[in-house]
Parts: sequence; C-alpha cells; structure tokens
Amino acid sequence: MKRRSVVKYAAVAAALSLGLTACTGGGGSSDAKESGTVRVTLANHVWTEGIKAAIPEFEKSSGLKVELTQLGEDQLSDQYNVKLNAGSDEIDVMMYRPLQEGKAFAKNGYLADLTDKVSSDSTWDWKDYQEGPVKATTADGKVVGVPIITEREVLYYRKDLLQAAGLEVPKTMEELEAAAKAIKASNPDTAGFVARTGKSAAVTQFSSFLYSFGGDFTDSSGKSSVNSDAAKKAYAYYGGLIKNYGPANVSTDMSWPEAMAIFTQGKAAFYTEADSLYKNATDPAKSKVADTVGFAPLPAGPAGSKPYNIPSWGLAVNEASSNQDNAWKFIQWATSKDRTLAAQKAGVPGPRSSVWSNAEGTSTYPKDLADAIAVSAKNGVGHDRPEVVTVGKAREIVGEPIVASITGADASAAADSAHDAFQKFLDSEKK
Amino acid sequence: MSVMNARSSAPARSAGRPPSLGGNVSAWSNRHRKWLFAAPAMIFVGVLIVFPLVWTLYLSLTDSQGSVRAATDFIGLQNYLTVLSDTERFWPAVGRTMTFTGVALVCEVVLGMGIALLLWRPFRGEKWVRVAILLPLVATPVAVGMMWRLIFDPNIGFANQLLGMIGIPPQPWLSGQDTALGTTIFMDVWQWTPMVVLILLAGLTSLSDEPDEAARVDGANSFQRFFYITLPLMMPTVIVAILLRGIDALKTFDILYATKGKGGGSFNEVETLNVYAYGLSFDYNQYGLSSAVLILFFMIIIGSMWLLTMRKKAVSK
Repeated sequence: MKRRSVVKYAAVAAALSLGLTACTGGGGSSDAKESGTVRVTLANHVWTEGIKAAIPEFEKSSGLKVELTQLGEDQLSDQYNVKLNAGSDEIDVMMYRPLQEGKAFAKNGYLADLTDKVSSDSTWDWKDYQEGPVKATTADGKVVGVPIITEREVLYYRKDLLQAAGLEVPKTMEELEAAAKAIKASNPDTAGFVARTGKSAAVTQFSSFLYSFGGDFTDSSGKSSVNSDAAKKAYAYYGGLIKNYGPANVSTDMSWPEAMAIFTQGKAAFYTEADSLYKNATDPAKSKVADTVGFAPLPAGPAGSKPYNIPSWGLAVNEASSNQDNAWKFIQWATSKDRTLAAQKAGVPGPRSSVWSNAEGTSTYPKDLADAIAVSAKNGVGHDRPEVVTVGKAREIVGEPIVASITGADASAAADSAHDAFQKFLDSEKK
Repeated sequence: MSVMNARSSAPARSAGRPPSLGGNVSAWSNRHRKWLFAAPAMIFVGVLIVFPLVWTLYLSLTDSQGSVRAATDFIGLQNYLTVLSDTERFWPAVGRTMTFTGVALVCEVVLGMGIALLLWRPFRGEKWVRVAILLPLVATPVAVGMMWRLIFDPNIGFANQLLGMIGIPPQPWLSGQDTALGTTIFMDVWQWTPMVVLILLAGLTSLSDEPDEAARVDGANSFQRFFYITLPLMMPTVIVAILLRGIDALKTFDILYATKGKGGGSFNEVETLNVYAYGLSFDYNQYGLSSAVLILFFMIIIGSMWLLTMRKKAVSK
C-alpha cells in the first residue's frame, strides 16, 4: 500500500518534470508564428564587430528586432551541439564554419534549405559568390548557408629583420628555411619561424604545406593518403621548421592567438597564418611590430605554392526555427554587396567576386597583402582540413604527426600510424 | 494537526450535504501534506538528477552518435566493452584522474593541516592573514586557469623570467609532456587548499583543550601532542575534508580545460576522465561511448565515496 503510493508519486513527479522540460524547451513557443525578433548567434570575429555596429540600421529599415548572442569559437560549437541536438528553436540565424560543422549539421538536418531564397533576389545576386565558397555551403545539391568570410594562408614576415640579414622575401620552401635559420642564428632571442602547434589547431595551417609538397589528406578515391611520400616530407618540414628555428620551449598547444602573440611581441621573423587575421599584426594597439610587418604568398614547395582558399565562416538558418523568413531577411541584409564591401574594407576578406574586382574592396589592405591574396585565390585549394562529418576527430588523427615532428619524434613513423587510424576512421564514417 | 486529521478523515460527517470543491482540495492536501511539502524538492531532484542519470544510462546502451535525435540501435554492453578495452585513451585517463586526485589531495590535506594549525592560536594580524589565504578560493577556476597559463607561458611568462633571475633555465611547465599534469595539480592545490584549511580550522576550534593540557602536564612535546592527541581527535574532520575535496578533485574540469583545451593537450597529457567524456560528446559526437565513460566514472566516484564513508564510521567509533 505504502510502496504503491510512492511509485505513484514518483510517476507524477516524473511526468511533471517532463512537462516542465517540455515547457522550457519550447523557448517562447507562444510567439511561434514568425516573431518580430530575430535571434542571431555569431562568433567573436572582426566581421561580427562590423555587423554589430550596423544592426540598428537593419532594425530601422526592416522593423524587426535583433537579439544577438556572441560567443568564442569553442563555446559557439558547444552551444550549437546542445541546442541543435535538442531541436531548440531559440536560434534563428547561426554563424557556422562550413568546413568544420557543415557536413555534420547538414547530415543531422540542422540547416534549413535556402536554395529558393538565394535565387529569389537578383540585386542581392547569388551568382556573384565565388565558386569555392559556394561549394562549401552546399550540401546534397541544396544551398544551406551563405559564405561571409574567406581566408587563404599567407606568409607574415618582419621587413626589418630581413633587411638586417640582407635577405630577399622567400619564394620557395628552401629559401624560407634558409632565411629562418639565418635570422635565428644572428638573433638568439628571436625565433626564425612560428606557426600553430596544437594537434588539432595546426591542421588547417599545415594543409597548405601538405598541398605545396604535392600531398593531400585523402587521395582521389577517398582513401587516406597521409602516409604518402609528399605528406611525410611536409610533416617533417613543418615540424622541423618549428623544432629547429621556432621559439625556445615551444608549446605544442598553440592555436592562432598564441602563435600570433609571439609574432606580434616581436619574437619571430616568419609566421604562416590565415590572411583574415592580418589586422592583429598591423594594428598598433595589438602589435609591437605593426610598422614592419610584410605579407607574401605562401612559398612554393615541390608542387608549387598551393595555399588553401576557403570560406571560413557562413550564415545559416536553423531548420527548427519558426522564424525562417525573417532570419533570411537578416542574412540578406548582412551579406548584401554594400555590407560585404564595408566588411572587406574593415579587414575581412569576403566571398563576393564583385567586391574583389572593385578597387575600393582592397583599398584599405596593405598592398603586398592584397597582391598575396590575389595570387593565392588563383592557386588555392578549396579545403584546409579533411572533408568528413566528424571533423574534430579527423583533425586530431591527421594532426598527430605534426606534433610528433615538432617534438623531434619520427615523423614518418607517426604518419604511418596516423594513416592506419585515419583509414579506419574513414571506413567507420562510410557505414 | 490532530484536529485537522479528525476533520479530514470524516468527510461524510455532515448530513447529506456534498462537500464543496474547496473543502475537497484542502481535505486532500491535508491527507497528503508530507508529500506536498516534499514535492518541490522531489521534482527538482527528478528533473535535474534522476532523469539525466537514467537518460545517460540509456544512451550508454545505444550506438547514439552524430545527433541525439538520430535513430539509434540498442547494442547492450558493447560500449562498455569498447571503453574498457581501450588502452589508448580510457585507461590512461583513469590513471591521470587517480594521479591528479591522489597527489592534489595529499598536498592539500598536509598543507591545509599545517596552515590550520598556524591559524589555530590567536595572533596579531590574523584577520589579514585569513583574508589573504581565502583569496584563491573566491576566484573563478577558469579565470585562475587563464591567469596561470599566462604566468607559465614558456616564452613570455612571468614564472620563467623569475627563474631566469636566479639562474635557473626556463621550464616548459604546461607545455611539457611530463610537466603539464604536475603543473595543473599545482594550480589545483593553490586554489583549493584554503577550503581544506577552512574545514580543518572549524574542526580544530571545536576540540576541547583538556587532553592537550593533560599531555602538556605529562611532559609531551608538541610533536607528540599533535600525533597522539590532536590528529586522532581530528580524524573525522580530516575525512570529511578528504571526502568533499576528493569528489571535487575527481570531477575537475575547468582548470584543465582552461589551460590545455580540448583533449587535454596535443598528447592528451592532462586528459582525465571528465575531459575525455567531454571530448567524446562535444568533439566526436559519440554520445553512446561518452555516456558509457560517464557511467563508469560515476561508479568510480560512488565507490570511492563509499570507501571513505566506511573509513569515517570506523574512525568515529
């Protein structure tokens, strides 16, 4: 008798608790019919700063209200994981990384189909978008996102140190190594070369080296090729540069903020990084070397200079959002030709051909950077990481030999074991 | 209370007139008042503890991955077999969790005991000393992690500059494969020793002075008085401190994540069970495997708690 009532109450409590979660999970479902508030989640980025300042304009012209959430990269992806997994409609517009989460999000059905919307407005002009970025935001023939930022890997260097050493800007990988060596030898406190070192973070920047040596993460049949001769040479070269000419006591956890800090503190001569981060090096408020930074295309390897040329961020609409039309209005405004030009002038390379062909589009860039971007856009490769669903895991696997090489372990053996692990991973994704 | 009972247990007392609805509700609530008062707490526990736990247990028996809403197959204990036979990530993570917890706990209890003994007797300026000692406790762990990360930066960090001044070569600290875990343990000790001090100090101040005085009269020196009088009397409090701090140390996540990021560094050098389970979920989207790790982890915590509680009972007798 007693026991039964306990069970009954427990059942009631459980039912209530489920009811409660259902209520809170709905997230204001009372205004489900096309609400006048667009909820936008954006990453911390120069692009976001520009849009944030312009949002009042959009609110005035559209009569909609914008509710903005801004997060760091890792927090952003965790937030999406939690909210999109729960099928929450609390996000209307989301800023996402087509090459990192794009495939997984599309596979899980998190992204709304924008195919009709992008082709509905000829002044906004979808055809103006570069082909590579469009490919990255298209899944199974459907457009699921609009690219907003593109990047290519370029060489950041210190003009003053090169001049003091009497060296030319390196055009090949051999010249880069020789210059790094010479500068490190004559300036004991300065590293010849710095770049990302974290197992996962370094993969994207290492990719350009991999392509320039003639390799790739997978071959034409989709099998792992991280143990090819070209890949092994690339691993050994990238790791060797950092091990031999990098900062003393180099950490193997560096992503761009750490590597950029070493360069902008004046502690390194060469640095390979995404061009979209150039403001960090040229802004006197952030950089001690703002007036001596130079830019050049990625030095050529045995296969030429083949940097990645990718859309690093895009905007998408949450499939579970009940506010999709207004979400699209926001995207349409945020990615218009004018806004793209404004963003590009503020230092964010965009995906629109018309903006690049407009002299004003590169008017604010250092001239050598604009030239380097133009060259890289021509020779670029459209991905900077393995093109798989679970990118996070794949990056850790193919990044293993990078850190092995940096710490002086056998890069070739590490590449062989990474190859086996990566092939196993690719097979598991095919299932 | 008995009056109420009398009323509620006699609903059909008044002749013929059906009781009003209000009367019914109040009669019902009177009969079930012990449940009514407990309901908010029960609902809270149900929503925030029981349901997630049951859900995690369920997920750990499926092949859920990619999206929680995707179709899953029930695969029994397969995830547990996979995890328990994984010598690459799981067992090293168990080892690190134990090392981290064990070393941090020993340091914190020994240091905490020392500091508590120093603060035990009144002295001038003790207020300021207490405030200074409690400072690390009020800082957010993530902020603490960030702060130490800057201090320990191998190239531009303050720690290595300080060592340079006294002629010691720079150390890798957080970036060394062998030194990273030790450095994070140091941070944990720096942040949490004050909590142990607080607990032990409370225990010390509640001890009676007589046994100590009697021993003093008998000519025991301070070491003997500590090891034969104070420590045995303090044992239950020490175990409480170990229990509270131990559970927390086992579950440490924020300091590790703030200093080494996902996967506990490029060589997984500080990847404890918690960091590993987080990575499985948020980085690899393997919810089934991650849940299995979490359930095993939960069992480890419950097991260690039980052992300590048994120990405390034995000591208290």
